Amino acid sequence: MIADIWILATASLVAISCSMVGVFLILRRMSLLGDAISHSVLLGIVLAYLITDSRSIIAMFIGATIIGLVTAWLSNSLHKLGKLQTDASIGIVFTWFFAMGVILVTLYAGKVDIDQECVLYGEIAFAPFDTIIFGGNDIGPRAFWVILGVFLLNITIFILAFNRFKLVAFNSGMAISLGVSVTFWHYLLMTMVSLTTVASFDAVGAILVVALLIIPASTAYLLAKSLKSMLIIAAIYAELSVLIGYALAVVLDSNIAASIGVVSGVLLMITVAVLQWQKKRTPVSVF
Amino acid sequence: MKNSPLVVKHINMRYQHNPVLTDVSFSIPEAKTIAIVGPNGSGKSTLLKGIMGLEPLMSGAAVFFGDSLDKKRLAVAYVPQREESDWDFPINVMDVVLMGRHGQLKFWQRPTSTDKKIAEQALEQVSMLNFKARQINELSGGQQQRVFLARALAQQASLYLMDEPFAGVDVTTEKAIINLFAELKAKNKTIVCVHHDLNTVGEYFDWVILINARLIAVGSAEEVLTVENLNKTYGGRLSLLNDLTERLYRTNLDKVHDE
Repeated sequence: MIADIWILATASLVAISCSMVGVFLILRRMSLLGDAISHSVLLGIVLAYLITDSRSIIAMFIGATIIGLVTAWLSNSLHKLGKLQTDASIGIVFTWFFAMGVILVTLYAGKVDIDQECVLYGEIAFAPFDTIIFGGNDIGPRAFWVILGVFLLNITIFILAFNRFKLVAFNSGMAISLGVSVTFWHYLLMTMVSLTTVASFDAVGAILVVALLIIPASTAYLLAKSLKSMLIIAAIYAELSVLIGYALAVVLDSNIAASIGVVSGVLLMITVAVLQWQKKRTPVSVF
Repeated sequence: MKNSPLVVKHINMRYQHNPVLTDVSFSIPEAKTIAIVGPNGSGKSTLLKGIMGLEPLMSGAAVFFGDSLDKKRLAVAYVPQREESDWDFPINVMDVVLMGRHGQLKFWQRPTSTDKKIAEQALEQVSMLNFKARQINELSGGQQQRVFLARALAQQASLYLMDEPFAGVDVTTEKAIINLFAELKAKNKTIVCVHHDLNTVGEYFDWVILINARLIAVGSAEEVLTVENLNKTYGGRLSLLNDLTERLYRTNLDKVHDE
């Protein structure tokens, strides 16, 4: 029972954090870059393990953030210098980094405490067994505290710099003309994507984190009237996906993260269908 | 021109190794409407973006009121092309116009009631105040353009750089923009527009800059809009040009008669 609550709490924080950075990825039309970073951070995590020879959370965050930013920077440079299309250059960089990560995991399998299956699919069901001892007390799963920290950091940054993120997402040319450094806010967002995906890695794995980055935020894009409401709607869809997905996983006795991913997709499809149905009922007035 | 709002010095620009603009230099007078005119692909928009630092310059510089752009940011308002924006973005009209105030605000500050008043005034100036709570995806093309203009007005700049403000707008909006130009000029503000419609250049603008990969001519509209210059700019591939030159000739005749 306690384990269920920890799993749900962890999954909720993962889903909501992902959906919030996802909102800005969708609005900046950079969902593929989010996909890319969530995969290439694996290389950062493995390198951090190998270099520090420990499971230090700080080292993991630093490694993943560096590799995440390098992914964003390198794919942009490939596009500009190599005359390759944006999506092609992103595809090249992250698959390359992810492949290197996988090789390192298999090469140093004995040394690195990472399981390949877990990297790809995540296993949130095991999260409650990996707990943190603080002051002699067991204060709960490590995965929960890690994602809670990232969640609070994301919320603080978004609230503080809400208007900057809005301006840059709406029209980057306008932002530059007002003297706002689009580059700075871009790489700050990429840092947040890196941190969020690393913190979500244990729970949902590299592939399903993409679902949580993109799907709830896309559903919210269809409904929202303001940036604030888009963030809230995305968070609600994320939370619904977690609750229904968890129930589904229990019923089917299947992977929790995959069930959450499936449910978020189903919710998106239902939303699209309802919107289409409404459109048909109320004819669009032509000016 | 000592007090010129904008001096462009030997600007060269490239797009992926191909030269787009070569050695463009000019300076513009204050309190005038100025059109940048040229055929499609002549580098008009690119020039404006280069001047605003949105695209890199290979060489050359743009000087604003005798200073670099960084020192005069807020005195220069830029109106991007309407098509370059996502009009499904979840935002209402007022919030877009308030973005004109963001340059004055630190990143953690929210717009004050003064900022909101300035934004409402700007909307009033383009007759869009009634639409302030409207979602931007519910606006017509002309209304979208007026929202962008209000956004620039809210910045309270002295120089306005606009990328094709007349493209695809309705008659009401066209009139609103013309009235706005007159108001701004009366307040000693300068307006530079990328413009594609040769038929209206002489009517709407005091000054003209003719561009086709390089500077063809710059000066007052009467001086610059000659058959020779237009042929040089459009390379004679314009049947429209013949109509236009005839019309120019006629309007000049009318002017002579009027005088």
